[in-house]
Amino acid sequence: MAEEFKPGCARPTGGPVGEKPKKEVEKEIVIVKKETGMIKVGQKAPDFTAPAFHKDKFVNVKLSDYLGKWVVLCFYPGDFTFV
Amino acid sequence: MGVEVLSMSVDSVFVHKMWNDNEIKKMVKGGVPYAMMSDGGGKVGTLYGIYDENAGVETRGRFIIDPDGVVQGYEVLTPPVGRNVSETIRQVQAFQLVRESKGTKATPSGWKPGKTVLSPGINLVGKVWEVWDVKEEDK
Repeated sequence: MAEEFKPGCARPTGGPVGEKPKKEVEKEIVIVKKETGMIKVGQKAPDFTAPAFHKDKFVNVKLSDYLGKWVVLCFYPGDFTFV
Repeated sequence: MGVEVLSMSVDSVFVHKMWNDNEIKKMVKGGVPYAMMSDGGGKVGTLYGIYDENAGVETRGRFIIDPDGVVQGYEVLTPPVGRNVSETIRQVQAFQLVRESKGTKATPSGWKPGKTVLSPGINLVGKVWEVWDVKEEDK
């Protein structure tokens, strides 16, 4: 039977049950982790494009289009996550 | 202040619309005024170092980026604690002052607009106590 859970501020997620991933896959994950550290202050913010919802429209946002302006970029765990 | 705000999570733009229309609009008149970006798979969050691959979500990372595209500051919180917007505004104001001074000024801890600004240089070495009161931070 499905168990009821209390939603917290992190988006509820699941995962595979039972079989562990092959060793080769684990190796790959370790390599990816090495390449994804925190960025440094005083250095360029990595550029990106992303789809967005803005003023009742769906638009594509490109960070470098904001050059010349101050930008506050906020990440959060998910919509409806309470805080 | 002239600051552009951008938000990002792994939710789709459709979910952003639903959240804005069904909840945010009830809390903030007119809803979210800035672009709510979607980062499915966390690729951008990974670039910035705030993607939690175990949970599959981005943590509460906040980056202040100057007009040259340079990251001047960031803060990262775990999901259950919300940010303090007034502290972000304070930091942006301080960074803007430093930038306008072309790096000749510095803001001491707890600085707010109107409070003492320092001009670092050979004449200020060992003299901060003469021009800045530690208690200013509490005011």
